[in-house]
Parts: sequence; structure tokens; C-alpha cells
Amino acid sequence: MRVNGKDTELKGTKTLTDFLKDNNYNLGRIVIELNGEIVSKDKYNTINLKDTDVMEVLTFVGGG
Amino acid sequence: MENNDKLIIAGHEFNSRFILGSGKFSLDLVKAAVESAGAEIVTLALRRANTKTEYNILDFIPKTVTLLPNTSGARTAEEAVRIARLSRELGCGDFVKIEVIKDTKFLLPDNYETIKATEILAKEGFIVMPYMYPDLNVARDLANAGAATIMPLAAPIGSNLGLLTKHFIKIIIDEIKLPVIVDAGIGSPSQACEIMQEGAAAIMVNTAIATAKNINEMAEAFKLAIIAGRKAYLAGLGRVLNFKAEASSPLIDFLEDK
Repeated sequence: MRVNGKDTELKGTKTLTDFLKDNNYNLGRIVIELNGEIVSKDKYNTINLKDTDVMEVLTFVGGG
Repeated sequence: MENNDKLIIAGHEFNSRFILGSGKFSLDLVKAAVESAGAEIVTLALRRANTKTEYNILDFIPKTVTLLPNTSGARTAEEAVRIARLSRELGCGDFVKIEVIKDTKFLLPDNYETIKATEILAKEGFIVMPYMYPDLNVARDLANAGAATIMPLAAPIGSNLGLLTKHFIKIIIDEIKLPVIVDAGIGSPSQACEIMQEGAAAIMVNTAIATAKNINEMAEAFKLAIIAGRKAYLAGLGRVLNFKAEASSPLIDFLEDK
């Protein structure tokens, strides 16, 4: 799958929650866009990722 | 001291008229800058998350502060809408500062795309604060599209050049009923004071503080200048005499003409 513009191997990861935890993302500080759709936090556990998925993991940074 | 002179944006009241941009600061300086500025609104940007980053900017902004995510990076209305929706999903509320910029040299906003994004997001319940090149017709279109404020630029982003567009900002202040928040290019507290005196509702500053030698002192200087400008506006500036003078002291009455 592609995550933040880079090819990424799923390595047996099943759910979105698993993937985010395995990759040390801070779940309280991110928003997910999966295949162009925003994913609400209550859906993280119910989504099984696929090799063809395209995901953006976004957060706030400083900006004017 | 009770402050009855509130900045009101879409029904939300603020005591401070100083909006602080959080770009270009190291994280450990953000909190102190916010406190020195007395800012109640702080802007943020949305970017790809780094898994290795230990701290997030939200950890350094007081919880009482209203977050104002911007749509920086957007080149079209569609991209701005996408960023705004993602930002709201992060749980920061309904405020959004629309920035749509195609011009990579001068970073001037695309007013046409900004109007389109404003209309879409206002209908979705966002409190839309569009950043724009100061043009009265565009300001009217933004107001009609549902903007909560108008945010005209004073000078190109990050330039610290000051009030290059002062006259056109003043026209918008006089003609548009929404709060007019001057954003971008203000380089010194005196410039912030000057446009507040003219009736700007608030000032947004980032680079002038982030590039100052002493960030906290400069943040406080801006805070005081914005307060001073607001007070002067409310007090009403004294009139101006051109090509003549008027004595401030009583005329001399005991010296005889020779």
C-alpha cells in the first residue's frame, strides 16, 4: 500500500488500528484519509487494510 | 479589568485581538510566545505525520486557545475544502482560515478560488476566515458566500514589509460589516497599531515575531500595540490640519507688540 506518498509493506497488519500502532503513530493527534475518504476514529478498528490502499496520515504542525 | 470590547467571530467572543501564527517557531518556544502575545486564537497547518516525532504542536498550545487551522498548500478551492474537512476531523472545531495560493513566487492568494472554497465550507457549517488580496468586490463576494471575517493581506506573506495595501484595507473596513483581520506582511508593532487605529478588528502576526531577536518581548510588544491601536480607534483620532497650525498653549497676552 502507499502511505504518505511512499510504498509501504503491510507485514501482516490487519486493521487500521494495528497499522497505526505498529508504526508508532500518536492516534490522538492524527487524521486518516484512506483512498480519498476521511476515516473517523471510531472506524479504525473495523477497517482491514489492503495492498492497494492509498493512505494519508496527517497531523497539525506550526503554520501561519 | 473587565473587557467589554470583545472581538466577536460568528458569535464566539474573544478578549484578545491578536491572532498568532505558529509557523517558524521551535516547539519549545510556541507556548511562551502564545502567553506573551495573550493570543486566544492560534493558527496551525496540516501536514503528513512523522511516525518518529515524539511531540506535537498541540502539546504546546494552552487548551483555552481556539485553534484556527489554515489550508496552506491548497492551490484550488477543492484542495482547500479537502484540507478543511481533514482539519475538522482532528477535533479542533469549526474554525478554518482559507488560504488558496497558486503563485509560488509572491504567495499571493487566489481570490476567485478563495470565494469558491468559502461558499462550500460555510454551507458545511465551518466558521470561514478567508485570507485574500484586498479588493472590495472580492470582500463583498466573500461576505455573501458566508465568510465570518475578511482577512486582507498587508504585504506578501513572511515579508515583514508592512502596510503596503493600507488604503485598500481601509476601504474594506469601511464598507464591509464583518470583522476585518489584517493578515500577512505586518512587520512591526507600530504597523499593527496603525491599522488597528483605522478600525481593523484584529491582527494576525507570525513571521515578525518568529524572526525577532527576542520572540517573547516582540510578542508582548505586538500585544500592547494592538491594544493601543484599538483604544485609539475607539477614542477617535484627533483631526488633522494641513498647511496650517493651531497653538496648543494659550496665546501670550502679556507681551506687548513691539
